[in-house]
Amino acid sequence: MTETRNIGDTLLKVDNISLSFGGVKAITGVSLEIREREICAIIGPNGAGKTSMLNVINGFYHPQEGTITFGGEVRRKMRPHLAAQGGIARTFQNVALFTGMSTLDNIMTGRNLKMKRNFLWQAINIGPARKEELEHREFVERIIDFLEIEAIRKTPVGRLPYGLQKRVELGRALAAEPKLLLLDEPMAGMNVEEKEDMCRFILDTNDEFGTTIGLIEHDMGVVMDLSDHVVVLDHGEKIADGVPDVVRADQNVIDAYLGVAHE
Amino acid sequence: MEVLNAIFVLPFVDMFSEPIFFAEVVVGGLLTGVMYSLVALGFVLIFKASGVFNFAQGAMVLFAALTLVGLMEKGVPVWLALIIAAGVMVIVAVIIEKLVLRPLVNQPDIILFMATIGITFFLEGFGETVWGSDIHRLDVGIPDAPFEIGGMLLNEFDIWAAAIGAAMVGGLALFFRYTVIGRALRAVADDHQAALSVGIPLKTIWIVVWSVAGFVGLVAGIMWGTKSGVQFSLSLIALKALPVLILGGFTSIPGAIVGGLIIGVGEKVAEIYWGPLIGGAIENWFAYMLALVFLLFRPQGLFGEKIIERV
Ligand SMILES: Nc1ncnc2c1ncn2[C@@H]1O[C@H](COP(=O)(O)OP(=O)(O)OP(=O)(O)O)[C@@H](O)[C@H]1O
Ligand SMILES: [Mg+2]
Repeated sequence: MTETRNIGDTLLKVDNISLSFGGVKAITGVSLEIREREICAIIGPNGAGKTSMLNVINGFYHPQEGTITFGGEVRRKMRPHLAAQGGIARTFQNVALFTGMSTLDNIMTGRNLKMKRNFLWQAINIGPARKEELEHREFVERIIDFLEIEAIRKTPVGRLPYGLQKRVELGRALAAEPKLLLLDEPMAGMNVEEKEDMCRFILDTNDEFGTTIGLIEHDMGVVMDLSDHVVVLDHGEKIADGVPDVVRADQNVIDAYLGVAHE
Repeated sequence: MEVLNAIFVLPFVDMFSEPIFFAEVVVGGLLTGVMYSLVALGFVLIFKASGVFNFAQGAMVLFAALTLVGLMEKGVPVWLALIIAAGVMVIVAVIIEKLVLRPLVNQPDIILFMATIGITFFLEGFGETVWGSDIHRLDVGIPDAPFEIGGMLLNEFDIWAAAIGAAMVGGLALFFRYTVIGRALRAVADDHQAALSVGIPLKTIWIVVWSVAGFVGLVAGIMWGTKSGVQFSLSLIALKALPVLILGGFTSIPGAIVGGLIIGVGEKVAEIYWGPLIGGAIENWFAYMLALVFLLFRPQGLFGEKIIERV
């Protein structure tokens, strides 16, 4: 599977990032690269700093040290707004949807940056503003078809079961047509069938749209199946980086997962 | 026995024996209620979108009304004064976002609350420095004549006030429901982080809500100002909005509206029918007592989401 896809140049480069909260070191000197069109998995035990890394990449957290290079620009701090504008979309470990809004409206918010009309037009819903809204609506309908959630288009997402909420959240991220899609444990808490569906959507997204994906996941089977490249974090440090088979056999990784004591 | 009779029986007998008068009282209450709703609405908008309890809402009402009346006293025609006053409220919103909200982002709620107290003093002081501290008479040309309908004596101005208030609420509801910005506002209100992650610019949204709260304040200011003159005490109607919020829930727009109406009607009815029993002036504290009862039995308000602490 990997050999037939043409993985490109580096899209995101995280260089020597350190992040701490007061005395707690969440990330210590981690560097990693994600290349165009690949699926990169970030794994590691609980509290390893995986979510913190995503938060650094999309600008929620500002590291004390290091730089982030995305789309050719080097930044010390990313800003969420700039990240979104640059084409980074994400989902959250604890689903973060707009619970009062319908599935359709939630996914529509993902189109926010694609709306070209200026601010004053956006404050009304007539004439050109309405026309633009309808065009985006069409795009969103295609995402809804793609994710097979037609039946819940109008349902307020707060009422959906967890598995479907995760799917809607993926839809919202896809609506932005991202260059880099960051998924924080997209399959956590799902049953086997839901997991299989989610795996398929992730692979299809990568295949059909060529979207680069950064994925945090605990399920080793899923990680081995999906990813081209795996980065392992433990206690905020990177302990392995490579193709899935090699990483799986790495003694440090095995120790980290078995909880061998650190000195 | 006689006491019980006076509290639980006689008032209701009065209501039934003179239904037209009762209807008049209720309608009068509803009309005042619309204005409470308007002020509460300003609170709810800001609380939903920026999580700030805006103590300055009353001062914004006063400031907007002072600006309007000040301009009119200088001979500016009503329509132009209205536009300028609305523009001034947008400028106020921009300044508040730049100087207060942005530097304090991610600070605890209590800090932001204190900051709005600061804004209150500033707006009150600044408004009086520029426009003086006298009572200004305000007349924007809304007809004000009593008339009779079905035996009820009503005031034309009140009807206008209610109609404008209702139109404002309806317009806002449409804006929230059907426009791109409205959707973005709802998104921010639901989840800041997620809204940021899809590229919704928080600061623009904040400016929009504070401006809208400013417009709502302007309308409320016109209504109250026309009735009682534009004066310092306008700022205090914010305190009346507090029980409305407790009744309606801090995050619910329908709650603000219904809460305002209930308080408006409740205090009028209480004043007329139960007031004489204890020598009147129930109107001044009835709203707070109702709010207390609500706090005991339904702290999330009529429409607020149930508060379940995640542990
Ligand atoms: N906002 C924060 N404030 C303080 N400490 C934080 C914050 N976010 C993360 N941390 C700390 O940073 C460390 C790494 O947390 P992080 O959430 O990144 O781990 P993770 O690898 O995603 O774990 P999990 O698999 O449980 O999701 C933890 O010790 C955590 O307590
Ligand atoms: Mg995590």
